[in-house]
Amino acid sequence: MANTATISNKSLWSGGVEPLKASYGKLMMWFFLLSDAFTFSGLLITYAFLRWSAPAYKGDPSDFVFSTEYWPIPEKVYDAFPGFHGVELPLIFVGLMTFILILSSVTMVLAVEAGHRMDKNGVVKWMLWTIIGGIAFLSCQAWEWSHFITGGDVATIGDIFKNGRWVENAEIFGANLGYNQYGPPAFAALFFFITGFHGFHVFSGVVINIITFFNAANGMYEKRGHYEMIEKVGLYWHFVDLVWVFVFTFFYLI
Amino acid sequence: MEQTVNVVVQPVDKEKIRGIWKIALILAVITGIEYAFAFMMDAGTLRNVIFVGLTIVKAFYIVSEFMHLGHEVKGLIYSVILPMIFIVWLIVALVNLEGGAVKSSRGIVDYAPAGSEQVDDAH
Repeated sequence: MANTATISNKSLWSGGVEPLKASYGKLMMWFFLLSDAFTFSGLLITYAFLRWSAPAYKGDPSDFVFSTEYWPIPEKVYDAFPGFHGVELPLIFVGLMTFILILSSVTMVLAVEAGHRMDKNGVVKWMLWTIIGGIAFLSCQAWEWSHFITGGDVATIGDIFKNGRWVENAEIFGANLGYNQYGPPAFAALFFFITGFHGFHVFSGVVINIITFFNAANGMYEKRGHYEMIEKVGLYWHFVDLVWVFVFTFFYLI
Repeated sequence: MEQTVNVVVQPVDKEKIRGIWKIALILAVITGIEYAFAFMMDAGTLRNVIFVGLTIVKAFYIVSEFMHLGHEVKGLIYSVILPMIFIVWLIVALVNLEGGAVKSSRGIVDYAPAGSEQVDDAH
């Protein structure tokens, strides 16, 4: 008797009931993701607010040059690809990153699907592909960051606040949190904060994926009788993909 | 020996797998459309609205199918979607209205290079 969970008024508050027909873990993952979405919304609001209150470039895009006086055109900033120095390939590299992340999301769905069928080998295989996709994305981001920080071949001339004093007409290469060659200081600062915060989410996702990958390979979930942990980790991983879809639009397209 | 666990691996449902790849294809195609707009259309409010609209379509497919929210009970769907709708409202209000208002009240002027016919007579 004690082990049966019947839903009556008496036992409603004594455990064993699934509100919203989702297990405790999945429900809490959903509400964590909701709160995480608020955090990212805060960052994107900050970005858009600062961007729309900054001077815009109103000239012909083909005449565009970098200046600290106005907000840059994103296509002109993100136009590099590894191994193609000096070739303008606007947005191609971010496109590749987007493609990698969407694919790793698909392999995650396939892992969850294999878990529903209690197919241990399937789960292990698709989790491995998801981990590889996550690491590939992080590697791309590492390259993009180092390129962004190092900067291009042509310096931007502008006034910067360096080592505690203003330097007029300084040659600016690359970017840091204080100033950058692409636009106003806020541009690079927001790039670091938003893609960095997202990248950190991807990194934690990869770590969690690796842990569940080993647990699945060791038969832990098979013994448990279900692969719900893969579903919960999958929710987190898809959320990371979801955030990237928004970062991609707001940072690279608009 | 402990008791042996009999695990029955169920066969693959081909239709389901095809459905997953179909969603992936839709996401890739929408991203392709975004690229087409990015390269073939001049920047402006209309293009931004198109980008945000396509992003929301992509978000719908990821949340509804990949995260399986579309197949959960209504209560769970609304408890996730409703707060997000309010957040989107806040984003639109802050970005479009407040950002523009701060810009004009500070007297921030857009940059137009010399020789272009854009004349700014904001003040």
